[in-house]
Amino acid sequence: MRKQMILVLAGLLSLVLAACGGQAQQAPTTAPAQPATTAPEQPTAAPPASPAPTAAPAATSAPAGGTPAQPAAGGLIERILARGTLICGVNNNPLPGFSSVDAAGVRAGFDVDFCRAIAAALFDDPNKVEYRPLSAQERFTALQTGEIDVLIRNSTWTLGRDGNLGLDWAPTTFYDGQGMMVRKDSGINTLEDMNGATICVQTGTTTELNLADQFRARGLTFTPVVFPDGDATRAAYDAGQCDGFTTDKSGLVSSLTLLSNPADHKILEVTMSKEPLGPAVKQGDPQWFDAVRWIVFATFQAEEYGITSKNVDEFLKSDVPEIRRFLGIEGDLAKGIGLPNDFAVRIIRHVGNYAEIYDRNLGPNTPFNLPRGLNALYTNGGLLYSPPFR
Amino acid sequence: MAAGSPPLPSGKVTIPFYRDTRIIAIIVQIVFAIAVAALLWYLYSNMMNGLRQANLLPTFAFLSVPSGFPIAESVIPYDPSMTYGRAFVVGILNTVRVAGIGIILATILGLILGIARLSDNWLLRNVALVYVEIVRNVPLLLQLIFWFSLTRLFPRIQESIDVGGLLFLHNRGVTLAWPQAANDFDVWMVWVYGGIVVGIVYYVVRRIQFARRDRPGVALPQALLIAFGIALIGFFTTYFAYGSWPVSLSIPELQRFNFVGGITVTNSFAALLVGLVIYTAVFIGEIVRSGILAVSKGQREAARALGLTPGQTMRLVILPQALRVIIPPLTSQYLNLTKNSSLAVAVAYPDLFYVANTINNQTGQAVPVILMLMASYLSVSLLTSLFMNWYNRRIQLVER
Ligand SMILES: N[C@@H](CCC(=O)N[C@@H](CS)C(=O)NCC(=O)O)C(=O)O
Repeated sequence: MRKQMILVLAGLLSLVLAACGGQAQQAPTTAPAQPATTAPEQPTAAPPASPAPTAAPAATSAPAGGTPAQPAAGGLIERILARGTLICGVNNNPLPGFSSVDAAGVRAGFDVDFCRAIAAALFDDPNKVEYRPLSAQERFTALQTGEIDVLIRNSTWTLGRDGNLGLDWAPTTFYDGQGMMVRKDSGINTLEDMNGATICVQTGTTTELNLADQFRARGLTFTPVVFPDGDATRAAYDAGQCDGFTTDKSGLVSSLTLLSNPADHKILEVTMSKEPLGPAVKQGDPQWFDAVRWIVFATFQAEEYGITSKNVDEFLKSDVPEIRRFLGIEGDLAKGIGLPNDFAVRIIRHVGNYAEIYDRNLGPNTPFNLPRGLNALYTNGGLLYSPPFR
Repeated sequence: MAAGSPPLPSGKVTIPFYRDTRIIAIIVQIVFAIAVAALLWYLYSNMMNGLRQANLLPTFAFLSVPSGFPIAESVIPYDPSMTYGRAFVVGILNTVRVAGIGIILATILGLILGIARLSDNWLLRNVALVYVEIVRNVPLLLQLIFWFSLTRLFPRIQESIDVGGLLFLHNRGVTLAWPQAANDFDVWMVWVYGGIVVGIVYYVVRRIQFARRDRPGVALPQALLIAFGIALIGFFTTYFAYGSWPVSLSIPELQRFNFVGGITVTNSFAALLVGLVIYTAVFIGEIVRSGILAVSKGQREAARALGLTPGQTMRLVILPQALRVIIPPLTSQYLNLTKNSSLAVAVAYPDLFYVANTINNQTGQAVPVILMLMASYLSVSLLTSLFMNWYNRRIQLVER
């Protein structure tokens, strides 16, 4: 009997460990260079056009492509730099447009590009990322245990997660809402038509909670079919085992392309929730949290200034003070967040500004062709707004 | 130390304590205990530190907070407005449900398999052999996914395969007509309880008689027959007295999305149950086979010589003896089945492990949830062991 107890314990322990370990061994490779990005690496410390070399503050004079200003001793930034790669938690099942692996084994997508932007800011090399594929259920544990540095896996920022899970959310990179997909021939047009329906949903998500709330609020009943894994959820819906399939609208648009017959399905008008998706970090390292925040802001700000990966070199010659500060030619603003002064340049050069990231993955030339909607700059009626870089 | 030995003539030779094995043994044990305690303390404080930093100090307060998440199937009423504690209980009951039914079916199938493996019939013997070799060499998880995928091949619910209007097969499971309490159900229940009481009284009285006479006898079948008979009489009496049957058949009816009425066994439950039963039955079959082979050949020959038929030989002579060898390893298989049911998540069946993971994910309370999870599996396993050990002692040879 004692043996049995030990067996139970060992079994549970290994399951728990497996849950934390995710599929670490599956894709520990840093992705090879993405063809889309433009300029090759350059030493960036001293921008060519700066008349007075105030640009390089004492600490950035470290070796080219090298150590940033002042990462707090023992902080996560220091550890990431010492390790030489950023560990970024991403989707484990393909979510085309956000994170998926192509036939050549290159991981790409909207979320992935933000992992690359962080690596670019830290290392001046967007490829120094180790991706950890995580299911919805595993993701927060991986972050809490420090197995990943940052989680960029279409994760919704909520009060409960922010507070009770010991996490912190960087600015939202994608404003989304939950939607519902049904078969066209089902005659369903609104949620009210779905009383008594069976609905496929993924566990460990805000989705499963919103679904219950929305149906309860409308006095409707439903049977949930709940999977831990995105692929299984979609496959069950595809096979007709569910009448509806619900997740973030972006996820629905993306999943639609993976169904056996996309033309048979439609996404209902209704938006069931607010789903602000953005990078999350573990609570307790303010400098790292700040760094991730400002890396995201830099992509917004670059779009606002119209700086792209193509024209960034022209802008380096600019003598507009705002732009010179943003690009790190003047001042030593980034010191406080432990990043090199030219981190914005590194991000723009290697990954691009927000518009470039968006268009590359979700824009008109992709199968998704998602309108920017709320994800436009505030100047265009959207919600993207960066605090000033000064 | 030298207490037992006679006093030595000249000067007492005392062994220094550090060479006295008994003292050394005690010291070593104390040091070891301190080291283990220190290690545990270190791990504990390390964990608490980390959790404090992350603002995740363990608490069980979440148990009384509404869970907000739906669970696909439940033995007791449940909806998302109920608490996390309730959700956890739903998980336990779902695990017990699949494990309980699984153990019964796996035992029956295993018994058949074990006997078939020893059959004189070439075909039967070899079919059983092939079954055993295939099933025990494929990982259980793969088999579960296989059964689950198989359910996709059934038609959509609107085009269900209709078996006599009473049973419907579709890709969400099996829906079948099911008895349902009607108006006069309570009246009939009085008869049923009455039957049970009379049956028990009869059984106890007979056993006492047997004990007085010190002779073995059989009382259980008669007792069951009496209880059943009374219930049956009540069934018809109720009908004649009130004009309607106390139990009616609820016939499933296809509504817009799902069947209403009858009961539906979900494809998740079915896939998990079938997977666990088929897998565990193989191991039980091998245990049964070895148990039968452990009964000496002379027993069989003697039974046959006394004129017992092969069936009687098996039932009355071989199996009762084989059981003594079979029970202990069988217990392990029962525990394995219960623990293996934690793979349920792969087929979307909301068992304990699955529900606990969701709770953990929503509340961030990993430590309390995992402690509860371990305690639950441990309790279920220990209860199974206790029962099986009791049964094992009961059937052991009573030496006279
Ligand atoms: N935004 C929601 C849902 C995120 C989510 O997990 N979405 C699913 C469906 S779009 C997904 O990414 N599945 C892919 C996978 O399991 O790897 C949340 O943060 O809880």
